[in-house]
Amino acid sequence: MSPTTTKEISIGDVAAREAAGITQMEGEERMALNVGPSHPTTHGVLRLILELNGDMIEKCEPVLGYLHRGDEKIAENMTYNQFVPYTDRLDYLAPLANNVAYAISVEKLTGLELPERCQAIRVLVCELARISSHLLGMGVFGMDAGAWTPFMYTFTEREKLYTLFEELTGARFTTSYTRIGGVARDIPDGWLDRVSKFCDELPLATDEVEKLLTRNRIFLDRTEGIGQISKEDALAYGLTGPNLRASGIDLDLRKDKPYSGYEKYDFDVPIGTRGDCYDRYLVRIEEVRQSIRIIKQVIADFPSGAWYAEDAKKIFAPPKEKILSSMEELIQNFMIVTEGPQIPSGEVYFEAENPKGALGFYIVSKGGGVPYRMKIRAPSFCNLSILEKLVPGHLLSDITVILGSLDFVMGECDR
Amino acid sequence: MIDQDFIDELLAKHSYLGFISHEDCLTLSCNRDHWVDFATYLSLEETFDLLVDLTAIDHGEDAEIRFSVVCHYYSRVHHDYIRAHVECASNENPEIPSLSSIYPSADWHERETFDMFGIRFSNHPNMKRILMWDEYPYFPLRKDFPLAGIDTPLPAPDVVEVTKASVEPAPMMGGPFVSSGSGPMSDSEPRAKDESWTEKSEKPG
Amino acid sequence: MIANEVAYNGKVEGDVIVTKADAVINWIRKHSVWPMPMGLACCAIELMASAASRYDISRFGMEVMRFSPRQSDCMIVAGTVTYKMAEVVRRIYDQMGDPKWVVAMGACASTGGMYRSYAVMQGVDNIVPVDVYVSGCPPRPEALLDAMMKLQDKIGKESSVKNLTKTAPAVSS
Repeated sequence: MSPTTTKEISIGDVAAREAAGITQMEGEERMALNVGPSHPTTHGVLRLILELNGDMIEKCEPVLGYLHRGDEKIAENMTYNQFVPYTDRLDYLAPLANNVAYAISVEKLTGLELPERCQAIRVLVCELARISSHLLGMGVFGMDAGAWTPFMYTFTEREKLYTLFEELTGARFTTSYTRIGGVARDIPDGWLDRVSKFCDELPLATDEVEKLLTRNRIFLDRTEGIGQISKEDALAYGLTGPNLRASGIDLDLRKDKPYSGYEKYDFDVPIGTRGDCYDRYLVRIEEVRQSIRIIKQVIADFPSGAWYAEDAKKIFAPPKEKILSSMEELIQNFMIVTEGPQIPSGEVYFEAENPKGALGFYIVSKGGGVPYRMKIRAPSFCNLSILEKLVPGHLLSDITVILGSLDFVMGECDR
Repeated sequence: MIDQDFIDELLAKHSYLGFISHEDCLTLSCNRDHWVDFATYLSLEETFDLLVDLTAIDHGEDAEIRFSVVCHYYSRVHHDYIRAHVECASNENPEIPSLSSIYPSADWHERETFDMFGIRFSNHPNMKRILMWDEYPYFPLRKDFPLAGIDTPLPAPDVVEVTKASVEPAPMMGGPFVSSGSGPMSDSEPRAKDESWTEKSEKPG
Repeated sequence: MIANEVAYNGKVEGDVIVTKADAVINWIRKHSVWPMPMGLACCAIELMASAASRYDISRFGMEVMRFSPRQSDCMIVAGTVTYKMAEVVRRIYDQMGDPKWVVAMGACASTGGMYRSYAVMQGVDNIVPVDVYVSGCPPRPEALLDAMMKLQDKIGKESSVKNLTKTAPAVSS
């Protein structure tokens, strides 16, 4: 400690400040500002306690937990299949990707080998979810910076996606589509053609959004050079996904540790150079284009066959026709629904490349149908930890742009 | 790649590490006194520069060692994870040295582990709750804490005065039905796991 | 011929309509409800979708989603209300000017939804008085628009003139 003792006092602690005799210094105008949990710029309920010197931010303290719903405790009380709807609501902008990540983590405990058609369906659905999430992220990012039109354009495209999801799964979003050992149902006839048609129309919409934002003078002024995250900082604070890649680190789990058949498809991973808000925006727009590329490859070579693991007697319930007509399948379905899929004991950690970053599930199982401990490693939780270091030094109006470019979701941050 | 040579070399160099398994990733047990040393070694000498997750497990009130902390490190060179377990000495006041000086991402993970389990991390810059409100008296993810919650006052007194709301246990009747799986068929019929109050035992008050 | 007409005839009445004050005040209020979106979780996305071009909420005069409680009429609680967030919701409700209404959108806001846990308030009606509940997880935009239409019907039946000096009630237990 230095001879003149420095003491940390929390910004909101008025009594302590007065007791310590901290008043304004010459030429400064200090103010504590609460960017409260209900605020249009935040992607959900995030609270920032800022200390301002005029318009410049000196200190930033994020407060989370306003959407903490107790998912991990809930997981210890229900079977693996019953937990799938809760995974939808983690990153609620790309629910299908969360479902796939969860299903694969549990399947790693069982050692199941999934058929190719099931893997191709999962890849297809993950990439559609990635497009959906990035479109919303960029639309809302534009809206945070002041542009209302890109939001409307991206939402129109997302409505087309919602129609596709509804046809496949029954729900617009919050799909609960995967099960342990496969997916809920096979793809309907003609669905692939509609997806293909959507992929042909999407680049036009992406180009329109780009025309409005990418070389827009106002947008560039607001986002270039703002919120720069260096490579070392990005790794040190545990950033993953487009935020990490925009800072220049080449880490994409689809290429590093391919899962669900990603190694078969040919795609590029956009890497940024400076790590500012503009780079993060560009990385996401380019990722949408690469996702379209992957989807086209998947559709071109779509495997036929089983859409679930057929030899997983104690894990995946057989199709309804067999359940209602044959005794053995009826009992199998009964056991799986009441006791849950019987997962062997062990522990597993699996991360999937979600649109927000790396969504990880750490599952400790002691056998049976209910997990003993489930930890959800949320990418938005780690992405937000950098705010304390990143925000000071910026102006107050840069906060909206920084938060918009980090593209986090409080549903998964707080779980 | 993390192959057998790498594992042998690692275990030989660091006597405080124990090998647990290598099924989905290398799982090691670490001595609490060398927890920080191991983390420093991984980040500086080896290429594990990304700390992806840090959490804890509650082994139950009857277990000899109740709490253990689990940490996952990722290397972009080996394209693989290392999982390290460390046990807390005391069951009543569990404590582990903090890794936030080496990996800043551990900061928030450790706060969350403290919030959920009550495990303190020494030398942590800001050991406060992060997900529940500061005055919350319990640690939710412990095995003796019920899912429905326990009665506590709401943190805002002025709101409580007007609305008379409080933190009440959630109704568990009709909750997720899970079967225990063991015993005769009549016993293993699906029931809600948490039966603090049901049709047969009314909610008190 | 004049005796047969029942409705408004410009030549007779001139520019004057005779009606109840309630009817006019309610008509004005219900056709320009400005919502305050308390978008907390997934339902907020469906709220945004209902404001987007496909399920245009602007048809009802409700696209003015000002996040300022002082300028809004109706608070749409969209998403899970946790105990930590409950006091914030109440404070914002208190800042809204009368007359004000609350729509609990989605299962989580109505009753806690599928989150029966220690951290989730089992329904936002524990902390604010709710006028319309919308079920669904999340409710389709059409369901939300249906709820807003029901809210419009409810507003239409209010005795506004009598309520001009009355303050809004606190929540009933």
